[in-house]
Parts: sequence; C-alpha cells; structure tokens
Amino acid sequence: MRSLIDIKDLTTDEIESLIAVAEDIIAHPDVYAHKCDGKKLATLFFEPSTRTRLSFEAAMYELGGHVIGFSSAQNSSTAKGESVSDTVRTVSCYADIIAMRHPKEGAPLVASRRASVPIINAGDGGHNHPTQTLADLLTIHREKGGFENLTIGLCGDLKFGRTVHSLMTAMSRYAGTRFVLISPEELCIPEYIKSEVLDPQGIPYTECRELEPVMHELDILYMTRVQRERFFNEADYVRLKDTYILTEEKLRTARENLCIMHPLPRVNEISVSVDDDPRACYFKQVLYGKYIRMALILKLLGEANV
Amino acid sequence: MIIGQIRDGIVLDHITAGKGMDIYRILGLGDLDCTVAMIKNADSEKMGKKDIIKIGRVIDLDFAILGYIDPGITVNIIRDGALAKRERLTLPERITDVIRCKNPRCITSVEQELRHEFKLTDREKGVYRCVYCEAKAKR
Repeated sequence: MRSLIDIKDLTTDEIESLIAVAEDIIAHPDVYAHKCDGKKLATLFFEPSTRTRLSFEAAMYELGGHVIGFSSAQNSSTAKGESVSDTVRTVSCYADIIAMRHPKEGAPLVASRRASVPIINAGDGGHNHPTQTLADLLTIHREKGGFENLTIGLCGDLKFGRTVHSLMTAMSRYAGTRFVLISPEELCIPEYIKSEVLDPQGIPYTECRELEPVMHELDILYMTRVQRERFFNEADYVRLKDTYILTEEKLRTARENLCIMHPLPRVNEISVSVDDDPRACYFKQVLYGKYIRMALILKLLGEANV
Repeated sequence: MIIGQIRDGIVLDHITAGKGMDIYRILGLGDLDCTVAMIKNADSEKMGKKDIIKIGRVIDLDFAILGYIDPGITVNIIRDGALAKRERLTLPERITDVIRCKNPRCITSVEQELRHEFKLTDREKGVYRCVYCEAKAKR
C-alpha cells in the first residue's frame, strides 16, 4: 500500500505513467466508468476547499466508486479533540482510500503512518499539494507536448505558495527547465528552495519584481493568488494582494503559444478579460485535475492497467 | 592537571571547546555512579582548545545525538587499559526527539504524542528539517 504525500514521492517514470493513465481516461472514459465499482473514497477535509474536494469526489464517481467524508473540522470528531491518527485509523475501517486536507503541515504524513489504506495529501497548510502539481504537470504535458526545455514564469506569492514550490521541485527534474521568479520582495521564493532544489541541480533562474519586461521569454506563466489565510497580519495582506494583475495589455508581448496557468481560486490577479484568450489554460487545468486524480486513485488502488 | 587513565570506559575526545557541559547534560552523565571527568579547554594541536569527557565505564551511547551536537567528536572505547575501538562521528541522517519542531503550523504542535523527527537535508551546511513540515531546525 502506497500513499502520495509529497510530489517527491513519485519518480519521473511514475509521473509519466500517471499521465499516460490520465490521457487514456480522457480518450476512453467509458473503459474506466466501472473500475472502482464497490470502492469508497473518504474525503477528510479539515479545512475548507471547493475545487480540490469536488475534484476528488467527481473523480471517484466517474470511476464508479462512492464517496464519504466531511468538509470541515467542525463536522468531524476533531471538534471533540480527536487526533489525526485516531481519525484516520477509524476511517480506514470504512473506506478503501482517503484524500485528506489539513491546515497543519505534515498531517497527511502522520495519517499515512497510521492508516491501513492509501492516503492522498489534498493539501497540508502551506506545505504540499501534490495532486495540484500533478494537475499542473498534466496541463503542461498536454499544452506543451512534454516537459523539457521550458521557461516557466512564476508570478505572485512565491513565499507561501505551496503549489509553486511543488511545481518547481517537479519541473527541476527535467532537462532545459528555467525559472523566472516574479514577486514582491516580501513574497519572494524561500532561500531553501534555491539552496536545496535549484542550485544542487544547476537549474537556472532569475528573480525580478515586474512581469512585463520578462513576458516575452516565457513558455508558461503560472500566476498565484496572495492568500489571506497564510498571513498572520491583515495589514500585510492588504498591502500586497494587488501587486500583480494580469491583463490583456500585459500579454501584448507574450508568445503566441504561451500557456497561462493558475491553481485557482483567483481573486483579481487575472483579469476576467483574459479568460477568452486562447492562451488561458486555467480552467482546462481544473478539468485535467479531475483526470489525474482519477489516474492516481486507480494507481493507488491497484486498478490501473496502463 | 593530571587525570588518571581509565581501564574500562569511554573517552570522548575532540569535543568543541564549550560544548562539553552540553554533552554531559544531554547524555545524562550526572546520573552515572562511576567516575566521570569533564575537562574543559584542554590544549589541542588540531583545535587550539577542546573539551574531553572520560567515563569510567563502557556505557551505551547515542551516537546520533552526539553526532548532531558535535560531529567532530572522537569516541574512544577503552578495554583493559587499551584502545579497543575508535569511532569518528558524522552528522546522523536522522535524529528523533533530540530537538523539537518550532513551526507553529507543524502537526507536531498539536499532536502531542508524535515523536519529533528530523532528517539531514544538507550535509555540507548541517541542515536538518522536520520530517513532517520540512521546517529547518534551529541549532
């Protein structure tokens, strides 16, 4: 039994295998419609989420399985003081696989050590969100045809943005990757990402404060939201939240085949007018997120044949 | 100052000057009923100054803790008055319940029974990170 806690748990071969399953699901959804008949997914969401929880639930339903669970800590025994360990040991008795979101960093790892069924980390605070990264990778793979020789611009909150850190970790394993890191000084990429992810692998990167001067260099532009929930201080959040807003005007110098991504939800960092631009891929990203979660559930349950 | 040789025991040599008392305390050497000598600021050709601890009995030592506190230590095991074994310590790959994670967002801050585990992520810089939240340990 394996779990997915961190994107680093997967080798590049395993990621490519998951992508192959997802591609096959997209091409032949009927073949997969009953793969999980009689199986149950438990979605344990100790923190609010719309798309990730619904994406997991839609994924399981499309595989023919069932879903049980809760969508906030108030609706679980956590409100009575139960530990994560006890909760997952209990839920292991009811479900075949668990998708878990928790505000505390490392909670899914604790769960994976205690549960008797596979655990999927659906986000642990500001730490990891590996299925978002898998959704990002499937999007890149489908939009760019592969992972090599890409210049990836990451814009916005690069300090607290867990999706950014995971994506950088995943893409650092491919030849020719280059990062352009666009953020205000207060939200720049943590030092350890440079010293422990980028530098040891010799990944080139540049840091800058403005988006427009580097727009023409990018194959991918990954926008992020400045997240209110990651700030201890409301004043800092208000000061930084509108730092970067992507508009059609800013896209004037962008490449025709630029892929604009965003883990969503957005607040106002991408103007709604950009949604109709053929380069906007963020809603496709949501759809691909469902397919890659289907592939992951199948893999962890041992039901994937690809 | 003369401190006698030991017949059976352990000599912790090349302790960074000033860390001897930390090691004495963390290893619980004050609880032993055998002879224990703590030598501070001894002259050392290699280190300038060093601390040395002599323990008059062979005891089980947690090399992981010792290696984490001071990876330069040499552990000499003495039997029948002669050097039986010499171990040079290195930074251990993992340490458990030696230090605590200080990240308030870490699951260890709320699940009290969890052991505080850290893994070595950068040997050159001696960086340890919590296995749960990956926060850097403060040394």
